[in-house]
Amino acid sequence: MYDVIIIGSGPAGYTAAIYSSRAFLKTLVIAGPQFGGQLTTTTTIDNFPGFASGIMGSTLMEEMKKQAVRFGTEVVMDEVKTITKTSPFTVTGAKTYEGKTIIIATGAQAKILGIPTEVQFRGKGISYCATCDGFFFKGKTIAVFGGGDTAMEEATFLTKFVEKVTVIHRREELRASKIMIEKAKKDPKISFLLNKTVDAFYGDTVLKGVKLTDATTGEKTDLPLDGAFIAIGHTPATAFLKDIVVMDDKGYVQIRGMRIPTDAHTATTTDGIFAAGDCVDSRYRQGIVAAGMGSMAAIDAEKWLEGKK
Amino acid sequence: MIDYIPYEGGNYMADIQITDQTFDQTVLKSDKPVLVDFWAVWCGPCQMQGPIVEAVAKEMEGKAVVGKVNVDENPGVAGKYGVMSIPTLIIFKGGQPVKQLVGVQSKEALMSALTAVI
Repeated sequence: MYDVIIIGSGPAGYTAAIYSSRAFLKTLVIAGPQFGGQLTTTTTIDNFPGFASGIMGSTLMEEMKKQAVRFGTEVVMDEVKTITKTSPFTVTGAKTYEGKTIIIATGAQAKILGIPTEVQFRGKGISYCATCDGFFFKGKTIAVFGGGDTAMEEATFLTKFVEKVTVIHRREELRASKIMIEKAKKDPKISFLLNKTVDAFYGDTVLKGVKLTDATTGEKTDLPLDGAFIAIGHTPATAFLKDIVVMDDKGYVQIRGMRIPTDAHTATTTDGIFAAGDCVDSRYRQGIVAAGMGSMAAIDAEKWLEGKK
Repeated sequence: MIDYIPYEGGNYMADIQITDQTFDQTVLKSDKPVLVDFWAVWCGPCQMQGPIVEAVAKEMEGKAVVGKVNVDENPGVAGKYGVMSIPTLIIFKGGQPVKQLVGVQSKEALMSALTAVI
């Protein structure tokens, strides 16, 4: 029986683990399908305090993990499928775990476009990680799908490798910040195809192109491509929590928040379950915010356990 | 028992490097199934995959060969098997690729994929 089971291994999860294991609580981190979380797919992180010359996302997460393990946190590579609703909780993945409290720190995952041919060409031209896969498209023609900051950042990053990048977005307006849009628009390798919806990807053993439809005129376009990078945002990884805690319509876990100063801010609607990081936060979505919330959740869990003694 | 996989950072499996030069001998001519992890130092998810592949290597010792190909240094092999996303893990049997997995894989997923071809 663990005192605290933390589901998720990003900055929220590992910071919670550092705090709870340092408080001599028996702590388990269930790492989930994306070990180390979203920061592992970025390059250098320049806005995490304490690293004056920046730090690689994967290195930062390794260090957080080591720090948690140093204080006795156990880490398992497993993916949670179900949890029960009352303490002591049973958490089930490939194996079953029991814990007095749970901290949900599952974060968010890259959204897929959701068209059938997308799955077929994953790893055969379609990618969700520009920093991982840009290398394979040296001198090639690619497209980035999306209109937010991530899409602009990926398009700009990919110009280091590729010949030509087309940013394809389903609306006329990009929702990225002005500075990111300006940077992308100034780049001679980047062009834009706006107001286009995706009908299908096509190819043989590898991706060859995409068929698009103009959202206003209905005009069909066929764009030959060697690669397609999908950057259409993130969705909270909380589907397994349906009927366990209250979530909003997008799947973000509801926590009490900071309205009452003396309250456990990270408490969910279910007694003994706390939540932190991008799975509750659609506004800030920063590693440092997730880490801060992780420490809050660990303190809340510790106080909750003390109250039960 | 907890299936805890220790975390040792990026310096894993120094002994099972496969290169463009050694690929034929180590992988294609192997009499056992071979799991090949295509990776690079600049790929964050690959750093997460590393210790898992190493754990699989220890567990499957004698039953299968497990190795890694640095795609930066060995573009030949990566190109030949159409690797366009990393981590990609390919299982070879009798000189042929029999299973290809894209994205970070759990130990369970790799063990069951390997066990299926032994």
